[in-house]
Amino acid sequence: MKPVNQAQVTFLSKSVNESFARGVVAVFLAQADPTLPQLADLKTAVSEAVTNCIVHAYPGTLGQVTMKLALYEEGLVKVTISDKGRGIPDVKQAMEPLFTTGNPEERSGLGFSVMQSFMDNVRVTSRQGRGTRVTLTKRLSPRR
Amino acid sequence: MSNVRFGESPGGLVAYLSGEIDHHSAQMLRQEIDARLQARMPDTLTLDLGGVSFMDSSGIGLILGRARRMNALEGRLVVQHPPRQIQKMLDLARVSYI
Ligand SMILES: Nc1ncnc2c1ncn2[C@@H]1O[C@H](COP(=O)(O)OP(=O)(O)OP(=O)(O)O)[C@@H](O)[C@H]1O
Ligand SMILES: [Mg+2]
Repeated sequence: MKPVNQAQVTFLSKSVNESFARGVVAVFLAQADPTLPQLADLKTAVSEAVTNCIVHAYPGTLGQVTMKLALYEEGLVKVTISDKGRGIPDVKQAMEPLFTTGNPEERSGLGFSVMQSFMDNVRVTSRQGRGTRVTLTKRLSPRR
Repeated sequence: MSNVRFGESPGGLVAYLSGEIDHHSAQMLRQEIDARLQARMPDTLTLDLGGVSFMDSSGIGLILGRARRMNALEGRLVVQHPPRQIQKMLDLARVSYI
């Protein structure tokens, strides 16, 4: 399937770029005229995936995070967030609710659960030492 | 960008949070709230989310961490006035609110 429109940004894994990524999503999706709740769902899921790159992929160092945005016919949105960080040894376990390898004082282990509940589909591929790619898809159902 | 203002309730401390709560902004909020908790030792900490325009799971981490702190002080945490979109996030994390 060919996208109607496509864009890509690469940025450093700095926490200040979490809001940058959400802003890019909002500006890109304006052409698809999403409802406010649809836009909020997409911004939240993207924020989860981007934050994971910043917190988990490059612990103690900085690396690159790439976000690809694609819009297809009938309001289908696909966002791919990828890093070249340390990877996830067991993706199935990582996606379980409450599972975290982060500081339990700060992290709740709910990032993947949020992505799954706010998107239609979440796909994660990862290779240890090579990086992780998260693909989020959601159909913007027509406005009532 | 996010912000916190503090107010009083009988025996308690109210933190009025506003703006976007993500991993970046949660770090500053955590420090400000914990410093105020340490100084005041309230029986109840109320987090008022009425002015919050965005929150992801970093906000859940912030809330659950403060709940643990209040438990350790034998006090309690109350979450109030979350906007609709943020209720979805709290429901998913099973955080109750008024
Ligand atoms: N891009 C990534 N690179 C390496 N590890 C990751 C990546 N994304 C997720 N993980 C791993 O998957 C775990 C679960 O991620 P998830 O987002 O569900 O929870 P969390 O980030 O630990 O906590 P929260 O999102 O609630 O703050 C992480 O603790 C981490 O071990
Ligand atoms: Mg996460």
